Amino acid sequence: MTGYLNAWMRTALAVAWRHLYKWIKVPANFVPTFIFPLVFFTSFAGALTRIGEVPGFSYEPGYTSFIFVFSLLQTCLFGGLATGFTIAGDFQSGFARRLMLVTRHRTAILGGYVISTFARAALMCVVVTAVASVIGLRLPGSIVEIAAMYLLALLLSVCGTFWAAGMMFRFRSPQVAPAMQIPMFTAIFLAPVYVPIGLLDGWLRTVARYNPISWVLEAGRSLLAGAPTSVGLAFGLIAGVMLVLGVWGVTGVRSAERAG
Amino acid sequence: MTGGTIQLSLARQVQVLAWRNIRRTARQPASYVPAFIFPLLMMSINASGLADATRIPGFPADSYLDFALAMTFMQGALFATTTAGLSLGEDIEGGFLDRLALTPMRGAALVLGQLAGAIVVAIAASCWYLLVGVTFGVRLEAGWGGVPVLLVLAFATALAFSAIGAFMALRAGSGEAVQGLFPVLFATLFLSSATMPRDLIEKDWFRTITTWNPVSYMVEGVRSLIITGWDAEALLRDAAVLTGVIALGLYGCSRALRTRLART
Repeated sequence: MTGYLNAWMRTALAVAWRHLYKWIKVPANFVPTFIFPLVFFTSFAGALTRIGEVPGFSYEPGYTSFIFVFSLLQTCLFGGLATGFTIAGDFQSGFARRLMLVTRHRTAILGGYVISTFARAALMCVVVTAVASVIGLRLPGSIVEIAAMYLLALLLSVCGTFWAAGMMFRFRSPQVAPAMQIPMFTAIFLAPVYVPIGLLDGWLRTVARYNPISWVLEAGRSLLAGAPTSVGLAFGLIAGVMLVLGVWGVTGVRSAERAG
Repeated sequence: MTGGTIQLSLARQVQVLAWRNIRRTARQPASYVPAFIFPLLMMSINASGLADATRIPGFPADSYLDFALAMTFMQGALFATTTAGLSLGEDIEGGFLDRLALTPMRGAALVLGQLAGAIVVAIAASCWYLLVGVTFGVRLEAGWGGVPVLLVLAFATALAFSAIGAFMALRAGSGEAVQGLFPVLFATLFLSSATMPRDLIEKDWFRTITTWNPVSYMVEGVRSLIITGWDAEALLRDAAVLTGVIALGLYGCSRALRTRLART
């Protein structure tokens, strides 16, 4: 068992290292992963500050901090989706099939992508936090609460990776990229992005109530503010989504194995 | 039977290439269906999520849907960028452009013809956005007379962005470079006054960015027809910016095309 785990980890770490190396060495991969999250955060924090003056909006750390949590989750989730493009590229070039010949621990390949995306998301969290600090981010929460907020975000990157990997291992083509991106893009925007859920209007309020990301977002905001609420629910939902999407990812790998 | 060269007029050359491009675009729904769906999805989400923005003193509309509709035209034009660029990139990579260079086809026809498919999609999408907006309660303050003006602005915006996409494709020789351009253009849209009027932006640094960003004037011109009526200043600024971007884009395309084509 120990030998199996060692071999699994060696494969996963090798895949993870290659993925991270390619990300850093190729600017076309590196730069876009930062542009979207920083642009969204900058534009929302820059343009929408006055939303914080709307009657009924009360968030003690301020609107910049309020929107920061959304940007953090978005950064991590989209980081997971970006891994899907890498997997598609690996299949297009034939590397993925050669990789599956080299190791019998095929789920370790998925594990490697998860590890590298997690590490990349952590780095992106640092960058987004640094930029947000310049713009006016406040972090009144305790160290434990702030760490829990970042952990929620990083676990969302794992969810994004499982989803993207499941898609790309199944279809093995960049042409399904829109089908990979749109559900996650839609899911994160069908949440209380701009205002708390209590201030949402119409159909979006109803949809947001049933969207797991809404509860993760609200919990993240409460942790940042130092007044944690529904944190257990948020972690429970993330764990559940990770489980479901993990099965999706692993069965995607099996599908690629059967395809040869 | 004598040999001879049939010399088509520029207009005819553009027509032939444009028709080819339009047919090819129509055969690839994946290239244009997102332009019809995604901007409206975002508009719907923003209209619901930012509905309370209308309670900010001085907000120029009673409904955020009226305010947000203008952004859909910009997003549609963004899709035109990638459609035009990818289409031209395919022709470059497939050697079609090189084969065309052996014919008497003029450079202007090559460029304008290639942009046709993207522009047709953008115009059709603009009509769709307007129809959906009106169905959900948007009323143009400029009245029915504002509709053709709005569509002309949408056409010009699509032409401007398509020219940028075509320029990138001609410079790089591939559609991948155009895909890399998409995040940059997406950024310019969000770093504009698309989500909040410039005079209500509290952060000075962001207000400065939006003031220098030409996309702000494109959005404000279209938006003025919807929420204000006939705002000559906004329309003239929009026209000036579009003229500049189109001129630069087409000039860039002609220079890049000269470098790209190898005439023997």
